[in-house]
Amino acid sequence: MQRRLAIHPHRRFAKSSPPNAKPGREGAFFLTGVKTGLAVLALGGFGVRPPALAQEPPAPSLERGRELIRMVRQDCGSCHGLTLRGGLGPPLLPETLRDKPPVGLKYTILFGRPGTAMPPWQPFLSEAEADWIVTQLLRGFPEEPK
Amino acid sequence: MMRPRALLFGWWMLLVLLPSAWSGEPVLRGAGDLGVIIERGAGRILIVNTSGNSIIGRVDGLGDLSHASVVFSRDARYAYVFGRDGGLSKVDILRGALEKRIVQGGNSIGGAISQDGRLVAVANYEPGGLKVFAADTLEPVADIPATYGDGKLSKVVGIADLPGGRFIYSLFDADQIWIADLHDPKSPKVEKFNNIGRAPYDGLVTPDGRYYLAGLFGEDGIALLDTWQPQQGVKRILAHYGRGEEKLPVYKMPHLRGWAVAGHRVYLPAIGRHEVLVADVLDWKETARIAVRGQPVFVVARPDGRQVWVNFAFPDNGFVQVIDTLTGQIVQTLEPGKAVLHLEFTPRGENVWVSARDDNKVVIYDTARFAKLAELPAESPSGIFFTARAQRIGF
Repeated sequence: MQRRLAIHPHRRFAKSSPPNAKPGREGAFFLTGVKTGLAVLALGGFGVRPPALAQEPPAPSLERGRELIRMVRQDCGSCHGLTLRGGLGPPLLPETLRDKPPVGLKYTILFGRPGTAMPPWQPFLSEAEADWIVTQLLRGFPEEPK
Repeated sequence: MMRPRALLFGWWMLLVLLPSAWSGEPVLRGAGDLGVIIERGAGRILIVNTSGNSIIGRVDGLGDLSHASVVFSRDARYAYVFGRDGGLSKVDILRGALEKRIVQGGNSIGGAISQDGRLVAVANYEPGGLKVFAADTLEPVADIPATYGDGKLSKVVGIADLPGGRFIYSLFDADQIWIADLHDPKSPKVEKFNNIGRAPYDGLVTPDGRYYLAGLFGEDGIALLDTWQPQQGVKRILAHYGRGEEKLPVYKMPHLRGWAVAGHRVYLPAIGRHEVLVADVLDWKETARIAVRGQPVFVVARPDGRQVWVNFAFPDNGFVQVIDTLTGQIVQTLEPGKAVLHLEFTPRGENVWVSARDDNKVVIYDTARFAKLAELPAESPSGIFFTARAQRIGF
């Protein structure tokens, strides 16, 4: 927890920590998080955009995919809007996300954005699932099947 | 296989009911036991009857209702539905018909109706500000952009009506509370209160119309304004309720409304803590905090104030807990269904209706015995609004 705070020294509001964080998994995530976080900061500082995700992230199972679509539409949607056109949170449409590095989007999903209302979703998502969500968001997020 | 008798009954119902529905001839009835339920994904509302625990109509074509709220005309005949897409729809709930619909903004969150019932005000995220319309025609009456700093527009949250033809609301991005006086709608006057606390996310007016409370997302505490003595300015209550401890993540913003008040106490959701905060409305000092299942979203007093019902943010959104206001203890934990989004009491509180979004149903409970009375099918139901709101201050 302490180390993660160090990535984000400019917290405006709340410190947040995921409930029921699994120590083993979190630790593994966390190391990647630090490296990537630093990489993003460094690149950001020099105005260089990191490359988009090189390869297609693995698709979740059909059932899990449905759960993830529902989660994004409904639960992310409670701030970003069911249509993802924005609400208290910003829009999550391809045209609004296109200029942001995908890896930064992934870590925003997993670890939240300190100083804002964006919470960390890492207790409910694997890193691969977050990658998949980012890819779908950049493409135009799928609708829930009726 | 349908039994012949049932079939016969079905035909009989069709013969009796359809002609009146087709001709648009309304059945003579009052609206005091009616209400509407938002079907979130379908852009539709259900018109319901709380005496019969039944759905009596459906109205389509209301746009994006992913975050919708409703106020009622003072005769309780018309529902004004505020949609996420900036839509404002006026629905005649007696005829079950969409009377008029306008798209007045890009992204809106809620609204209120004036004390005299003549004005409907909409709080907008995009473009940030307040827009006011004539309740009968939905013609625009006033536009009050929520301008702050060097010309930026703030998202507007926590709108409530105040006596005297006024509306009070908070500016999420500007840390301000504004009172718009529309007594003379042609020249609205705006009174602004600055530095009320960081990131107000919602607000409420106490049932007597006197106090406005804005919940703060950006810091621990609640901003309080005595609208009878606004010159005293905004005070902070329940400051530092988090005691400097790390906040838990908030997966859904709590909502505030006037029914947080039960007797002489107010019950409010903590932010980033699984607690309901209790303060005395006489001195606004904290009297208790009650540990609950998750991050509270709605904390709603039964109309008599004997119980307070609480629902929760993801991932605890399958639960509803009931606080006994006499003992301050949780007396019941219910699991109405998946993703409970809202609950609404019947006017005198004998029943409560609970929407379970992911189970596509609304569950009705007897509040004295916690017995389930009925389940109504609804497509991703969210907000439930009964016409008793028409007679309350602060809506």
